[in-house]
Amino acid sequence: MKTKEKVKSSKKLIELRLYVAGQTPRSLAAITNLKKICAGDFEENYHIEVIDLLKNPALARDHQILAIPTLVRSLPVPICKIIGDLSDTERVVVGLDIRKAKGKKATVKAHAVTGAR
Amino acid sequence: MPSRANRRTPGLLPLEKTPTGIPGFDEISEGGLPKGRTTIICGGAGCGKTMLGIEFLVRGAQEYNEPGVLMAFEETPEDIARNVASLGFDIEDLANKKKLFLDYVSVEPHEIQESGDYDLEGLFIRLQSAVDAVGAKRVMFDTLEALFSGFSNPGILRAEFRRLFRWLKDRGLTTVITAERGEGTLTRHGLEEYVSDCVVLLDHRIRDQISARRLRIVKYRGTKHGADEYPFLIDERGISILPLTSLQLQHTASSERISSGVPDLDEMLEGKGYFRGSSILVTGTAGSGKTTLAASFVDAACRRGERCLYIDFEESRDQVARNMNSVGIDLDPWSKKGLLTHEAWRPTQFGIEMHLLRIHKLIEKVQPHCVVIDPITNLMSGSSDKEVYSMLMRLLDFLKVAGITAVFVSLTSGGTELEQTTVGISSLTDTWILLRDLELNGERNRCLYVLKSRGMAHSNQLREFVITGHGLRLLPVYIGPGGVLTGSSRVTQESAERAEAVQKQQEIERKQQDAARKRLAIQAQVTALQAELDAVEKEEKTLNREEKDREKQDRADLDRLAKSRGSR
Repeated sequence: MKTKEKVKSSKKLIELRLYVAGQTPRSLAAITNLKKICAGDFEENYHIEVIDLLKNPALARDHQILAIPTLVRSLPVPICKIIGDLSDTERVVVGLDIRKAKGKKATVKAHAVTGAR
Repeated sequence: MPSRANRRTPGLLPLEKTPTGIPGFDEISEGGLPKGRTTIICGGAGCGKTMLGIEFLVRGAQEYNEPGVLMAFEETPEDIARNVASLGFDIEDLANKKKLFLDYVSVEPHEIQESGDYDLEGLFIRLQSAVDAVGAKRVMFDTLEALFSGFSNPGILRAEFRRLFRWLKDRGLTTVITAERGEGTLTRHGLEEYVSDCVVLLDHRIRDQISARRLRIVKYRGTKHGADEYPFLIDERGISILPLTSLQLQHTASSERISSGVPDLDEMLEGKGYFRGSSILVTGTAGSGKTTLAASFVDAACRRGERCLYIDFEESRDQVARNMNSVGIDLDPWSKKGLLTHEAWRPTQFGIEMHLLRIHKLIEKVQPHCVVIDPITNLMSGSSDKEVYSMLMRLLDFLKVAGITAVFVSLTSGGTELEQTTVGISSLTDTWILLRDLELNGERNRCLYVLKSRGMAHSNQLREFVITGHGLRLLPVYIGPGGVLTGSSRVTQESAERAEAVQKQQEIERKQQDAARKRLAIQAQVTALQAELDAVEKEEKTLNREEKDREKQDRADLDRLAKSRGSR
């Protein structure tokens, strides 16, 4: 399950990896929440990769993943990790250090969607 | 947890156990750790938790063909490999052979932020893939508590721990988790709440600057186990535990006799020496010849081709060899032949348990016929009498069961009662030989006597113990009106006796001559008297004849006279 999305170019690139384990409600919620956060008008380019550890268990070891779901910002350094279903949007935004566009507020609702993508 | 209660219904087979392969541990736990269950190893920092756990994995992989998985939370595989390499374990080699899987789980709290609900499925996935990779039967977590620092939601963690232990149990994985000891609780984070099958507590204490490691099985559900605190040792061959209470008074008694190495002493012991497998106590004051006596025994044993272990707390191998050379006992060839193993270390190096554990290990390594411990009194340093007594009793039992003849040298310090060993083990030993000094006429002389010797009619004599250039001699002492005489007094007395004897002899000879002379004189007298008697008899006969002649003459004269008158 790999999804790659690119929005705008020529701006600072943010690389995000979301680690999930199968299609659990929590994993699906995390994907949805992440998409919503990113769908807000952010300045940076971002690149999201969703990794299903059930399909590739060795990556859990290689990337030191314990909690599921885990969102890893591998770029820019330093690496930071956010664990959970990302329902606390504020923490995600602060944690990933994504600055929002001027004048605009994040439009993503907390506790958005659980279930279908 | 109802599911757990259901599993332990009565009437089932007894709990299966997984041997650890750690010397001593399987004996005190009566078979090892609970198979397919989780055991907590808890203890303070530096008490050997990780070592014990890793040894369980390594020995499982090496000796029982049970591959293992190590989930390390605190140290990287490289560090762990280095740490245990000193115990002789090659973890990297095992990992290459797919007998051991190492997963370093890094928990970096400063990297992690939480947003919403999560679980630890990642850990499960890693564990599953690791278990699958080597076909693991054993798992170790070192230490799971690191998760408490990485994740702030204790509710989630507790739920996940519960899930983890069930997961491990469902897969029948024999698991060891290490945990730091908390104040008043076995583990700091109360892991024992989840795992209640087996809890092993390690302790590392210091008394009088000497460290002592102890192990105790606090809990072992559904099975009997040794409940005492057992001393254990970590050395170049890993952990070893002294299974002290497993020994009982059931040893067989040999009637074979072996020489004490001193012919005169053998003579005092029915002319045959000690019993094989018996324990001999040699006590004495300083410089009374205890070591020499022990070395003679060793020399004799090696001469018979037996292996000997000489454990020395006072002198080095070379020093003993040199000193014994001076009295005609050459130990060097035996060392070279490999018959004699001389180990010397300082008594203050460890506590009493460590000494005995080390002795134990040496005995197992050397497999000796005879053991000498010189002196046991030095084990006293840093331990109470009671401890020494109980430890020595265990050592004695161990030696007896193994059929090893043991000589314990005990130093009696000046001023104390001679017939009293400092550690009071005399009642445990079979033969007790006492060496003492006798001070007389400005010299000290060594004396030896056999205080007791079970099962034989031993001599009751006090002998003078003389160390010559050709070994030991036991001489009868002089006992006279002036008391027991030894040394030069004895020599003086002996020469005096000799002089007296000569004098008596001369007197007798003189008297004999006198008597002979007298006899001759009397005989002469007898001869003279006989001659006189003969003369008298002769004279008597002459007189008688003369008388008869005279009577005849008289009668003739009368007849003639009558005739002449009758004619008238």
